[in-house]
Amino acid sequence: MDAAVAVKGLKKTYGKVEAVKGVDFEVAPGEVFGFLGPNGAGKTTTISMLCTLINPTGGTATVAGHDVVSQRDQVRQNIGLVFQDPTLDGYLTAEQNLRFHAELYGVPRSALDDRLRQVMEMVALWDRKDSKVMTFSGGMKRRLEIARGLLHSPRVLFLDEPTVGLDPQTRSAIWGYINKLRLTEDITIFMTTHYMEEAEFCDRIAIIDHGEIVVIDSPEALKASIGKDRVQLQTGDDDKTIALLKDRFDIDAAVHEGQVTFAVASGESFVPLLFADLGLPIRSVSVSRPSLDDVFMSYTGSTIRDAESGDGNAWMRAMARGR
Amino acid sequence: MTAEVVGVRVPPRTGSHDARAIKVVLHRELLRFANDRTRMITMLIQPILWLFVMGTGLGTLVRGVIPGIDYRTFMYPGMISMTVIMTAMFSAGSIVWDREFGFLREMLVAPVSRGAIVVGKCLGGAVVATAQGVIILALAGLVGVPYSPILLVTLLGEMFLAAFSITAFGVLLAARMRNMQSFFGVMQMAIMPMMFLSGAMFPLANLPSWLHVLTTVNPLTYAVDPMRQAVFGRLDVPAQVNAMLNPGVTWFGWRLPVIVEIGLVAAIGAALLGVAITQFRRAE
Repeated sequence: MDAAVAVKGLKKTYGKVEAVKGVDFEVAPGEVFGFLGPNGAGKTTTISMLCTLINPTGGTATVAGHDVVSQRDQVRQNIGLVFQDPTLDGYLTAEQNLRFHAELYGVPRSALDDRLRQVMEMVALWDRKDSKVMTFSGGMKRRLEIARGLLHSPRVLFLDEPTVGLDPQTRSAIWGYINKLRLTEDITIFMTTHYMEEAEFCDRIAIIDHGEIVVIDSPEALKASIGKDRVQLQTGDDDKTIALLKDRFDIDAAVHEGQVTFAVASGESFVPLLFADLGLPIRSVSVSRPSLDDVFMSYTGSTIRDAESGDGNAWMRAMARGR
Repeated sequence: MTAEVVGVRVPPRTGSHDARAIKVVLHRELLRFANDRTRMITMLIQPILWLFVMGTGLGTLVRGVIPGIDYRTFMYPGMISMTVIMTAMFSAGSIVWDREFGFLREMLVAPVSRGAIVVGKCLGGAVVATAQGVIILALAGLVGVPYSPILLVTLLGEMFLAAFSITAFGVLLAARMRNMQSFFGVMQMAIMPMMFLSGAMFPLANLPSWLHVLTTVNPLTYAVDPMRQAVFGRLDVPAQVNAMLNPGVTWFGWRLPVIVEIGLVAAIGAALLGVAITQFRRAE
């Protein structure tokens, strides 16, 4: 079977800014594929090109076998979208919003009532179908959008940061729906996220940074490829610690999120060495198995939070430091 | 929980699909309007103020000059157009609102043509504005205009056409606007002078030539005049008063027949609609 999404050299530039610098990847039918990267990495730009919302500057992309530029309508018919920002009409009821969508997509009336009930029950909003959407909480709106995105049985469902800004319960509920979906429906899911925990749910993830895909693989394979534990130290003198680590163990450590951080093959057996005769002012030590955070760090050279605070949050960091 | 998955097959896009899209966009406009009482009432207050407060005030001033007719009767067709124009503009403005609140994107990513969305929006604006105008029509008796069925039907048709063209104009303005404030700013700037120069508030006879030129190039003039002619056709007024209050529009001495005026409004509306659709096709 053909790929659900196939992308070759896809590029988007705004003036001189290269938002997406020629990415290549394929998503197999039935796969849950995640785009992982900090804000501003080019995730939303890529997803917008795949959804025919913006035209690529270069390269090609097909979704459900249709070209995103020349066969826009066919692409649109076969995709469902859930965006970061709500796209519901707050003045209409939940059911009216969904019926409006069904009409726009030409869902046959004979199947509509059953399908409507099914998607609304899936997100546990059937009993609220007659309420105006403006009375809904953020989480309920997102759930309703997911129901709406599924209403016309799309082949590919695009989720752009589906859980951003939601409380933990709603987040896990939404992941519950997504996991149920892959079992019950014949659907491919393409999502973006900057939450590491969520990327774990994907079959494969692509790490994207500065408009380029750094690596694509399953979360397990990515973690295995690092093969090292992460050690984080809180010290009284970070610079001295880093210098000593380099000197004595030939380890490249760096400060991330306020802690001296480095990777070693076997964390537990390394820690005692730290205390043997260094005389370092260490306050606390933590050792962790490789996580996607480490994967991200080893491929991009920074943690995802470092990367995010790099673009635009310098002021907030300065504020936090000054406190 | 239903155990079976209800799969639906979305048929390929066809002309009838676009017709459905027009219908659903129109339907939404009507639902929104029906749910928004505040808007309905505020839209009505303005023309009623003009008609009964300004009309009465100015009427006492000019009573001696124009015998045999209530000044409010003169203003009545103008106020119908004003109501229709304002309501239509507000409807068009909801596109900006939809963009601000994201709903426009839901429509733009659907497998329907941009044309269908814009046409649906314009029809929605036209129906809503006509509905609003009906309330003013109901007041006809209060200002001495007879409730003649032919007159009412004529006015309804003219209202609908004017409203459709104005909504198309508003949608065109809204195509590039990102927020409501700037839309209303631009709208006031465009609509106010057009309204003043349309003959809705004062008669277009015996104007200084510069003002006469402005009123003649103002497209709204051709939307207001047919309504006035329809109303005056049902009134029994002296010829010289009719010439003063209902002079019609003349091009180099040729008085335009109503049908030409209506044709002009329709043509302008179609052109604006075309440009608006192009704008939405480009705005990706």
